[in-house]
Formats: sequence, structure tokens, C-alpha cells
Amino acid sequence: MRALGGPKTVNSSLKARFRNGFVHGSFWFTGRNSCEKCRLMPAKLTSPVYVVSDNIDTDQIIPAQYLALVPTIPEEYEKLGSYAMIGLPDDLYPTRFISEENTKTEYRIVIAGKNFGCGSSREHAPIALGAAGVDVVVAESYARIFFRNSVATGELYPYESRERLIDSVKTGDVATVDFDADTIEINGQVHILKPMGDVRPVIEAGGLFNYARQTGMIESR
Amino acid sequence: MTLTEKILARASGRSRVEAGENVWVNTDILLTHDVCGPGSIGVFKREFGNDAKVWDPKKIVIIPDHYIFTTDRLSNRNVDVLREFAKEQDLPYFYDVIDDPHGHWTFDVERGQVKRQYGKRYQGVCHTALPRRGHARPGEVLFGTDSHTCMAGAFGEFATGIGNTDAGFILGTGKLLMKVPETMRFYLEGELPKGVMAKDVILNVIGDIGFDGATYRAMQWEGPGAAALDIDDRMTIANMAIEAGAKNGIFPADKKTFAYVDERTRVNGTKADYEPAEIDEDQKFFFDRVYDLSKLEPMVAMHPNPGNRALAKTLENVKLDRAYIGSCTGGKTSDFVAFAEIVRGKQVQIETYGVPATSEVVEELKETRMQGTPIWDVLVNAGVMMTENASCAACLGGPQDTFGRLNSSLTCISATNRNFPGRMGSKSAKVYLASPYTVAASALTGRVTDPREFI
Repeated sequence: MRALGGPKTVNSSLKARFRNGFVHGSFWFTGRNSCEKCRLMPAKLTSPVYVVSDNIDTDQIIPAQYLALVPTIPEEYEKLGSYAMIGLPDDLYPTRFISEENTKTEYRIVIAGKNFGCGSSREHAPIALGAAGVDVVVAESYARIFFRNSVATGELYPYESRERLIDSVKTGDVATVDFDADTIEINGQVHILKPMGDVRPVIEAGGLFNYARQTGMIESR
Repeated sequence: MTLTEKILARASGRSRVEAGENVWVNTDILLTHDVCGPGSIGVFKREFGNDAKVWDPKKIVIIPDHYIFTTDRLSNRNVDVLREFAKEQDLPYFYDVIDDPHGHWTFDVERGQVKRQYGKRYQGVCHTALPRRGHARPGEVLFGTDSHTCMAGAFGEFATGIGNTDAGFILGTGKLLMKVPETMRFYLEGELPKGVMAKDVILNVIGDIGFDGATYRAMQWEGPGAAALDIDDRMTIANMAIEAGAKNGIFPADKKTFAYVDERTRVNGTKADYEPAEIDEDQKFFFDRVYDLSKLEPMVAMHPNPGNRALAKTLENVKLDRAYIGSCTGGKTSDFVAFAEIVRGKQVQIETYGVPATSEVVEELKETRMQGTPIWDVLVNAGVMMTENASCAACLGGPQDTFGRLNSSLTCISATNRNFPGRMGSKSAKVYLASPYTVAASALTGRVTDPREFI
């Protein structure tokens, strides 16, 4: 998954760049196409962050009323993205995740507290975030199924932080995630992120299907 | 090994597994529904090809249940997508909303929300219907595209929720990569006192360990207290393992389990043989705690999460706008019977909605009598708005026109399983979770009420 000559800093959308053929991310492609051989990924991502608290459940990430949208249908995938985080209570989150006139977010990095993505098993949750333009979530901890769905779909990179970042960081601060060093730099401070551990081979392969193809569980194509 | 480890060892073709290992597990049943089924099918077709065949049609169970009785166009379409797939793949266990295999499902708003609008095959809430239709067996592995799939752990099987991508993978291969979870044991002793239900047991435990207290782990329920619980109670408890973040919840299979499973597989003509996992002498637990059921009191999980526990008797100043009974965990026949015991001959003081989990529950409530009156009528006479259209309904909000949905900043007490902001509709609504007894008593007073006052 490490960069093989990719651009060193990426300020624009990884996924948009992927679609344009610049970045054949080993991790980002499973939702759309696949590219077994090309293993290029940017080493860093810089973006303003969106900060949420502990226990953000999947109803806040994508409320149940939007679940009739089917993520594998391209127009409905985009629609899901436009509703990402719309379930956050307005009084606690005065800054909207996706501004009124937009369908994408300007925040490619989400910083969260404990138990991010708890609640239902809806894969619509990581997909909505990914479709809205999020590339990385850095949380203190995750609910199991959300984490698994993030890895399986390749929609976003679910990093765990060693420290509680949400008390010292605010929405709009600019951060840089370094995928080589497993760190995030915010407001001049570098924080170490937990390596991906067990799921790393799956992520490196580009999600569940590619991992299964590489390890011979299913036929490659 | 623990029950979960034994089942996963067998399903992965090993003599032994340890917590933390990643193993490829063979699937006995894959369950899906109208909300995640179309996306799972989409992944299957994208990855295996448009003409691909599923790995084993007899092991796939499709039960539409989420957004059925709604005019929402996409929701109606999703039921049609399932029907097309079932036809194309020749799936024997698709429990369609309508009888015509070539028809299209549309909800008729003129006929209203209350009178039944479904055909003969329709079931309702998948987790409640799955064992009733003979698809739950001890010792098996069940994956489902819904977090409350863990409910089937009541039958001594490994059952857990997965996403669309995992489900698409299983549709093609029958396998899934799983990390063997550590096991937490909850050893139950004693009997439930009057007025206390299985729901209180699980709300109390989640309150103890926190609603992320079992993340990545198995919750194993054992002991004489667990053995004394009937199947419906075990289902209520296993259902809410996910509300503590767990991968699965599991009860050892016993005589009650075998009697239930054998009867249901026989009646439905489904696979009758199974190999239960038995409790080993040598089990390693991450956590082990004894609970005395006789000491329990009625519990409530307050807004905004299922771990926010309080005793019902301490919340009598909390005023309510609505009461709701339904869902996989709280919409079984036994839940409505408990509710009826409290409200019989009285009048509810707040809007009270009742949504049976399955069409079978509807029939049972109409056929079973309480002192001469059908339970259905006991509830309606007490002022409960009952619908025959069994489904998940307002437990998870759903489209705007969903029966019982909280469409404004209401405070609701509910026999369901989740109370995060926005779960039942409006994100400004507040939901208190409680047992059917406590919800019924609270409906009678319009405030959170300890049901022992009415027993």
C-alpha cells in the first residue's frame, strides 16, 4: 500500500483523482473498478478536518430514511453521499458537514471520539462518507461492523488514534495524514496513529474481493 | 473452547481456533432483506458477473421487512429487485410481500396503514421470522445483512451482522473471513421477579459494561438462570448483544431449543439435522460475571443510547408523548401478551402504537384470548393503535409515512432496541427503551412508570 512514486502531497480528492486515472489506489478502488497491478497511492493527504464526538452512530452518519438508496447504483451512490452526516443534531454541530449548496464535503478527514459508527450494520454509512468525499476517519475507537465495512468496501481508511484528539482539535483545522509514517499532523503537532494490524493485508489488497483473489480464495479475473 | 470458538472451528475445518485468529468460515445461512439485499445483489453481480449463480440457493433466506408499507418509490422498487433475483436464482426461501411472482409491489395508501396489505408468503421482521420458518439451527453459522442478526444466537448458533460487500462475497462463495472473538460470559442465576422481563436483564448488562463494552466480542449466556428463560426471552437478550457492540450473543442449546427447532424445521420442511455445540469444561473468557436475576428491577435506557441505564422507578418525572411496542426484540407474541396484562380494562393516556413483528404474531394475537377476549381486542380496547402490517416500522424511523414514526420532537418510550438520536425518526425526538411491561405501564400514566404498580 505504500507509495510507489506517487505524488507526495495530495490536496484534492483522492477518489476524484482516482476516477481521472491519476491514482490507482490499492485501497480506494474496490467501490468502482479494480486494478490488480497498479499499486500507486499518495503518501500524504492534507485537508480541513470535521470533528465529531463519541458514539456517533450510523443513524447520524446516514439516517434510516435514506437507506432505500442502493449504493451499487451510481446515481444513488452519489445521493447517499449528499446526505452524509445529516443526522447530526443541529445544535451540537452548527457547521454543516456538507454546505447548503453542495453535494460533497470539503472535509476529507473526519476526527472522531470513541465507538464511531455504532448501531446498525448498514454499509450505507461508510459509503455515504466515502461518496461525500471523505478519505480518512481518525477515531479513538470504532464499532465493529462499521470498521469492517470500511475495510471491505475500501470507501475510507479507518485509522485509530492513540490519543483523544477531539478535545484539542476543532472543525476547520487543517491536518495532514501521512500514510507511510502512520501519523496525523494538526496545528503543528504530530500524533501517532495505530497501525492497521490484522486487517492490513485486506486493505493492502484493496478490500475483501481483491484480498480473496490474491490469496486464491476466489478466481482472479 | 467457548461455544463461539467451537462453532467457528468446525465451520472453518479446524480442530481448534483461538480468539484473535482470522479464519475463513463456511456459511450455513445468509439472511438479507429489502434495505441491504439490493445492494448485496449489486455487489455480487459486479464482482462475479451478471450471469453468476449463487453458491447455494437453499442457504439464502430473503425476508423483506424494513420499508414495506410506504409510498416511497425506491422502497417499493427494492422489494421488486429481491423478487427478480429470487426468480433468476431460483431461491426457495424468499418471503415475498405479494403472491404474484410476476407482480410489482405498491403500497395502497387508500387502504390505509392498519388493514393487512400482504400476501400469503409475507412474514415481517426477518429476525423473528427466521427461526419461525425453520432457518435457525444450533451449531450453525448465520450471517445477515442486519446488525440484529445476532438474535439467532438464542438458538445456540453463531449469528452476526455484516455489510453488503461481505454479503455479496458470501452470495458467490459461501465463505467469509472472520476474526474469532474473545468471549465474555454472563452467568445467570435465580429467577426473574414479578414485573421484570428479559429486556431488563439485557438493559442492565449493557448499563454495566457500557454500550461499547463488548465490542468485537462474543457474549455467552449460561447458568441456571439462562436455562430457565424461555426461547422468546433468550431472543430478546441475544438480539441486543449488538447494543453492547458485540459480534454475537449465544445461549447453549438445550431441550427447549431442540423442541423449538425440531418443530419449526418439521412444519416448514427445512433442513432438520444439526450438530449443536456443547459447553466445554475448559473455556477461556475475557470477562466472567455472575448475575442474580432475582435482584433485578425494571430498567430503562434513557436517551441517547442503549447503555444510558436508570431504574424505571427513578424516572417518574419524565413526561412522555408516545409509547411504542414492536420490532424484532419487542414485537413477539409474548411481548404483546405482557403488554396486554398491564393495559387490560384500562385506557392508555398517550398515543400508543403497536406493530407486531410478523404476520404470524398478528394471527396469534387474534386467536389467543385473555379472559375470553382476543388479545388483539384487549389492546385495541385499551386505546392501542394496532396495525396488521407487520414490519420493522418506526423502530428505525424509515420513510416519512412509516406507521408510528416520530416525525417531530416527541418523547417516546419504546419496547425496541435502539435510541440513538434520530433512530425512530426526527433527530430532535427522545427515545427511552424499556420492557413491554414498563412501556405498557408508562402508556397508562403518560410518564415513565415502574410496572410493578400495575401487577
